Amino acid sequence: MASMRDIKRRRSSISSTQQITKAMKLVSTVKLQKAKGRAEQTAPYFNYMYDTVCTMLAKAGSVNHPYLNKQESNKKAVITISSNRGLAGGYNSSVVKLLTQGDLPAEDVEVYAIGHKGEEGLAIRGYHIAKEYNEVMEAPTYEDAMAICKDVLTAYTSGEIGEIYLAYTHFKNTVVHQPKLLKLLPVEVDEADVEGMDKNLLMNFEPNEEEAIGLIIPKYITSLVYGALIEAVASENGARMQAMDNATSNAEDMISDLTLKYNRARQGSITQELTEIIAGAEAIS
Amino acid sequence: MAESDKNVFEIEIITPDRVFYQGEASMIEFNTVEGEIGVYKNHIPLATVLAPGIVTITEGDSKKYAAVHSGIGQILGDKVTLLAEIAEWPGEIDESRAKSAEERARERLERKDSNLDVMRAELALRKALVRQEVLKK
Repeated sequence: MASMRDIKRRRSSISSTQQITKAMKLVSTVKLQKAKGRAEQTAPYFNYMYDTVCTMLAKAGSVNHPYLNKQESNKKAVITISSNRGLAGGYNSSVVKLLTQGDLPAEDVEVYAIGHKGEEGLAIRGYHIAKEYNEVMEAPTYEDAMAICKDVLTAYTSGEIGEIYLAYTHFKNTVVHQPKLLKLLPVEVDEADVEGMDKNLLMNFEPNEEEAIGLIIPKYITSLVYGALIEAVASENGARMQAMDNATSNAEDMISDLTLKYNRARQGSITQELTEIIAGAEAIS
Repeated sequence: MAESDKNVFEIEIITPDRVFYQGEASMIEFNTVEGEIGVYKNHIPLATVLAPGIVTITEGDSKKYAAVHSGIGQILGDKVTLLAEIAEWPGEIDESRAKSAEERARERLERKDSNLDVMRAELALRKALVRQEVLKK
């Protein structure tokens, strides 16, 4: 059995770790509330944009545009959204897993990384990082999303890449966050959503269809990226809150376990001392 | 029918950060890349791309003005949806900032640098002008 002093030292070290995890949990709870509010405000724009693009594609029907058709290049660009800091449970690794365990082998992929941890994880696994935007994660704005999309779309229109994906963590609610891989280009909308639209209604485009789609699709992509950024921030803080909550309660368990051991050791040593004294006294008499 | 007497329709202006405006109006005017358009009830379905400009919402006798820079607009049935990347009420615009932005943009355009992004500078100038214009309304 470990000595009393060892157990005591161990216990105090765990309790100071527990204080840290407790504080981190509180911080991420506050941040989560903020991020959640922001995500809720962004949602209508996100949803309307999706609906609008669905209606337009349903009505545009057979418009021939590079944004809608398959490209020659096999290269795929993936925008990965992860966090800059760790200690968030499986948050970052599940984003990385979307690529490594999905249908995206390292040699075909150009990674546009937002978030240091995801960038690191993918670089180790042999993915090529085309560009990183790690500082964006601190406070994502719509302008940031615009800048990122501009870079990726330039690569797309110049033919360097043929498909664009977005890997992020969808914020379903405070406890459920789903890692999600979304195809951005060529545009693919849910068939069911498109079918549901009234096709008989004639939609006019101004300027003409092709130009309008050329202008609207980048805005659609930007709004998706922005929405994903906002959701990812909420998910990150949610994941960290959960991880820290678990860590705090694990520390609690360990402390109570160690307290029990410590008391036993203390009692053991007292008993031993008593036996020694009695044995000594008996030897004298 | 009481409803058809009123010539109002629904308007929604949404930006990435909030629902900017939601309500009914009898007319809305806004600027598209093809020029300014005014929309009354029962407009044909139309999808268009917005250009920096002033949005005027007429509701009865009152008029509301707002500055909207880039986005898309969709007119469908009795509903007009503007998805604006940036939208501001006159009260939210900083006049001195708009003025200095105008000067900066003009300066850049006059210098005629070879690596100048003319499109961007012109867009910045137009945004600054729209901001100042909406303040005068």
